[in-house]
Amino acid sequence: MKRPELDWGKIALNVLLPVAGVIAALCVGAVMLLALKVNPITAYSALFNGAMGSTFGLTQTLVKATPLLLVGSGICIAFRANVINIGGEGQIIVGALMGAWVPLTFHYWPGWALIPATCVMGFLAGAAWGFIPGILKARLRVNEILSTIMMNAIALQLMNLLLQGPLMDPEGIARGTFLAQSAQLPKQAWLARLLPPTLLHSGAIIAVVLALLAYILLWKTTIGYSIRAVGLNPSASRYSGIRVPFYEALSLTLAGGFSGLAGAIEVIGVQHRLMDGLTSGYGFTGIVAALLGGLHPLGLIPASVVFGGLLVGADKMQRAVQVPSSLVTAILGIIVLFVSGAALWSRRWSAKRLARQRLGGGA
Amino acid sequence: MKGLLSWNVLSGILNTMIGLATPFLFAALGETFAQTAGVVNLGVDGIMLLSAFAAFYVTLSSGSLALGLLAALLVGLAMGLLMSFVSVTLKAEQGVSGIGLYMFGLGMSSLLFKVLIGTVKTVDGFKPIAIPLLSNLPFVGPILFRANILTYCAFLLVPASWWLLEKTNLGLKLKAVGQNPAAADSVGISVSRVRYLAVCMGAVLAGAAGASLSIAQLNLFQDNLTAGQGFIAVALVYFGGWRPVGVLAGALLFSVANSFQLWVQVLGVKVPSSLAVMLPYVLTILALTVTANRARQPAALNKPFERGES
Repeated sequence: MKRPELDWGKIALNVLLPVAGVIAALCVGAVMLLALKVNPITAYSALFNGAMGSTFGLTQTLVKATPLLLVGSGICIAFRANVINIGGEGQIIVGALMGAWVPLTFHYWPGWALIPATCVMGFLAGAAWGFIPGILKARLRVNEILSTIMMNAIALQLMNLLLQGPLMDPEGIARGTFLAQSAQLPKQAWLARLLPPTLLHSGAIIAVVLALLAYILLWKTTIGYSIRAVGLNPSASRYSGIRVPFYEALSLTLAGGFSGLAGAIEVIGVQHRLMDGLTSGYGFTGIVAALLGGLHPLGLIPASVVFGGLLVGADKMQRAVQVPSSLVTAILGIIVLFVSGAALWSRRWSAKRLARQRLGGGA
Repeated sequence: MKGLLSWNVLSGILNTMIGLATPFLFAALGETFAQTAGVVNLGVDGIMLLSAFAAFYVTLSSGSLALGLLAALLVGLAMGLLMSFVSVTLKAEQGVSGIGLYMFGLGMSSLLFKVLIGTVKTVDGFKPIAIPLLSNLPFVGPILFRANILTYCAFLLVPASWWLLEKTNLGLKLKAVGQNPAAADSVGISVSRVRYLAVCMGAVLAGAAGASLSIAQLNLFQDNLTAGQGFIAVALVYFGGWRPVGVLAGALLFSVANSFQLWVQVLGVKVPSSLAVMLPYVLTILALTVTANRARQPAALNKPFERGES
């Protein structure tokens, strides 16, 4: 059997469109900076230097890219089944709850057992958080965009509840500070630092492996084939005997699991305790990264590094030229608008080429 | 629990409910127009944030509430045009472009707030207006007839939207474009123009919703002021079955749950606050589950229209 040839035209288009989207959004950002009377070149070079200019910046970029890669891989799976998962934030939170609860409860376990157990529990908690909107969509056609947003709010309050109660740091209680954070995790539960003294941890490797697994799942297994078929054409899938609701629920459950794992890894890899504001908007930025990566786990790897860099650079820019880091949130929004709008040209281009190929085949 | 059962508290809960329902009514009724025409605008929360900021900033610097409100409506219109361009002209996936609009509004409002204002400030917002005679009615009077002008507008918008959707030519066009755009197109209705109009009407009302938060209800601005209320508003449209009366019922239900949880905290009932805050969201999911009534959904909802495709 002949291997299908790589479609270079399509690959070029899939790379060029997102890159053009990011550049165009940065240009709009530059106009906004000018309006704020900040020299955009100064601001952007602070951003770039912060993200890529030093070993520390570069490793920080990878640290931020780790949760984005995990969340984004899940988003790819869900979006491929045409299920829009806005619930990343909530799924990260419940995964992070497990990331703190498991090591704190089983603190006498050795690391080789504790770390995998924590990761699995984080994955399962996130999966459960994705399963609820998934089953509601599959069985009752409840709109998943809305239910996942509600699940985010519920998860956030669940974390607040636990941080003010059972998970609150006993030291904080003893000192009377009552900070909304958990106790520090036992040291054997911490993920190994890859490049001390930087914060880069082995979670980055786990994330890459999981992205590869997501790729294999989507493109090399029958489950993945069914998921993509459901997303491309649900009625044709139904006629060919694919259980559409099952794969919709499955894709959302898997997406939740990936985000949950991201939450657990963020706790045992970076923070080493559960605290407020841990998600840092990864649930939303993960969507942006997944879109820019062409909803493909392999495209996502470079995309999540780019967006990890944007997040790290935004903080540096805030300190260097006093431009609030929320500029980057606005730019992310513009990128999404551009890229989702530009999909029109990509579709038209494919349709035109298909027509041309058909003509060529007939001659 | 004894305190919760008195008439005064009940009246207080209902009064708070009316105030809390105001932004939901504006935003959700506006979203009803957009969705009736087939466009899901998921960026409502972003529109509310940026227009809440605009209303607050203009009021703070000019001292005029009317100018502040106008600024919010204009920001809503601009965001509506942006959303229409991306979702109608460029036919983007609406769930995704809406998230883009939300992130833009979230980031932009926070950026402008930090650069232009920086610290927490307050303004004198719209004052309650007591309607003569009616406000003196026992029990009902203080609940319904001592609200600010925006709240009255929001509640009057319910019958107005019903009238617009059911009794006018425009309402018919909105429905035609949302149910069967190809048929509407074949009888000479411009699908794009109607959808632009519907999305922009919705966005202007989302602007009013933002203003009702920053210059009538809370009278301040801070990062992420809406805390996701725009998303709830979108959920209320589904809950209400794309009918203004249904949206009103949903807005009141959600607001009374929220008002109840606020009063529970004020009265110091021993319930963890996060559990109380969680309640309205759990209720919304349950409500969406119970009312997952697909029959009424506009047939072309979430589907960009392309001539020659069926």
